Amino acid sequence: MPIQGDYMGMMLTIEDLDQENRDFFKYCSKKEFRLQRGKKSGLLRYPPTTACPWTGDRESEWVPVEGRGTVHSYVEVHHPIQPAFKDKVPYMIILADLDMQKGQPTEHEALRVAGNLMTEDGEFVSAETIKTVGIGTRVKLLYVDVTDEFALPHWTIDKEAEQPQKPWRYPEE
Amino acid sequence: MTLSSVSEHEVTSNRYLRGKYSICGVGETTYRRGSTESTRSLATWAISNAMKDAGMDSGDIDGMLSYSGNDSTFAPWVAGDLGIRLNFYMDVHGGGSSTEALIGIAMGVIEAGMCKTVAIYRAMNGYSAVRIGGTGARSAAPILGDQIHHRAYGWQSAGQMFAPTFLRHMYDYGTTPEQVAAVKVAHSKHASNNPKAFYKQRYTIEDVVSSRIICKPLHLLDCCVETDNATCIIVTRTERARDCPNPPAVIQSVVGRCCKPRADMHYQHGPISTVAGHYAKDILWSNAGLGPEDIDVTGSYDAFTFTTMLQLEDYGFCKKGEGGEYVSDGTIELGGRRPNNTSGGHLCEGYTHGMNMVIENTRQLRGNVDDSCPINEDGVREHTYNYEEGGCRQVKNVEVTANLGWAMPGTGSAMVMAKDHK
Repeated sequence: MPIQGDYMGMMLTIEDLDQENRDFFKYCSKKEFRLQRGKKSGLLRYPPTTACPWTGDRESEWVPVEGRGTVHSYVEVHHPIQPAFKDKVPYMIILADLDMQKGQPTEHEALRVAGNLMTEDGEFVSAETIKTVGIGTRVKLLYVDVTDEFALPHWTIDKEAEQPQKPWRYPEE
Repeated sequence: MTLSSVSEHEVTSNRYLRGKYSICGVGETTYRRGSTESTRSLATWAISNAMKDAGMDSGDIDGMLSYSGNDSTFAPWVAGDLGIRLNFYMDVHGGGSSTEALIGIAMGVIEAGMCKTVAIYRAMNGYSAVRIGGTGARSAAPILGDQIHHRAYGWQSAGQMFAPTFLRHMYDYGTTPEQVAAVKVAHSKHASNNPKAFYKQRYTIEDVVSSRIICKPLHLLDCCVETDNATCIIVTRTERARDCPNPPAVIQSVVGRCCKPRADMHYQHGPISTVAGHYAKDILWSNAGLGPEDIDVTGSYDAFTFTTMLQLEDYGFCKKGEGGEYVSDGTIELGGRRPNNTSGGHLCEGYTHGMNMVIENTRQLRGNVDDSCPINEDGVREHTYNYEEGGCRQVKNVEVTANLGWAMPGTGSAMVMAKDHK
């Protein structure tokens, strides 16, 4: 049976044969952020793939990764495209560099993980909170359930971390 | 890069088929919103116009290529309607960056002896049916597997998908909204001299930056127009093209769907403010035996103002990080050193996934763009080179053009064409 669930009115489906996504999102439902580590390279990768992007090695194992990082860039949507997001604007999509493996194997590479900016309770943040977040903000992962075996990772402001004085934001505000 | 710095500069050689193939015919439908016909009908309309332009009839075309995102009609139906018997056809999945890639494929299949002349078309009801901006059916489609990593976050439309690159370029290099808005100003100036353009109104920097935000950093006027239209480009051997009524636009080099590392999720491999042109330029310029300094007119894809800027920068028309300055110092406007998208492009003329920018450069090389200049008693347009509103858009003495096609930050295509000197 495919894993399927309604999320904000969107039908999300992971087919039986899509083992990589199945495993990834199942770990998320246990509040674990696990990534595949290539056997040969020892390198983590995101999102799930069927082989190692650096060696082509098809052997890998799922290892737990600390879900903390820094905003590398972002999207701030004011005009919704998808019906599910009509009453969510403005909303933010965060692209954050995980601390783990940042700058490896080459200087500009990182595990850049996407997610919406959420409150610690997994709700979309307010427009005021959005204005406090930009490139450089320290964030951590949290999980929002879709079904009892499938959750989505999202980002929230890391309140335990030291934050930059003024994260970079798009200038026109 | 300058001409002298390119090794193996020998424009008469047959290296990489340099000069061996040409565009001999181009054509399009009107650019409009509110289509009254199918993509099959739009396709036959545009191809008929291109065949007329090439002085060809159905017996002269024996190859066909099209591209779409499940929003068009496949070649066998279109060819059948036009009485064309095909020796080769292929319908490819894809949008922006397909035009130049398919021109390269056409050269390859003719070279392989599979056919003689290929008509490439893109037919789309991009406003009235499957909306290119992503609203409607496309945004409501069920979300499967790999798509969950973006669509479930409301990260789906082109503007949303590219925004991290655009913002990061501002962060890395201090590029400003006003600098990038100058792309819209230039292209709208060009469109005002293009009777075919969907939007003919000229805009100012202030108009662009005061229009509402769609998703940062994109204002409404940083985004392209959605239109219903079809476009066609006919490719054949240069030798054959010389028998056609219009002078050939001779292909010097072509790059197709060149990618950054991790094409599955290009943001994994930075710098994310660098786009695929960074890789494509090495193929484009060395195969052409030319460099950016040799180019008279550019056609840098304008899905957004930012895409034009990023590509001009990464193909080497200016130093890395200076794209904002390059697009705002007058260089890319008609009357400037190297105008970009003289038809008004996707921001103003109409949205065709890259085809109209190649069509425009073909006409620029012929020296006969369809502007508002007077036509004399012999039926020849007399260009005034006065670029005031409603006037000329022909660039003087165009020898070499470059098209820079864009699919997304991680994927691009490109082509250099030159005037025929035989």
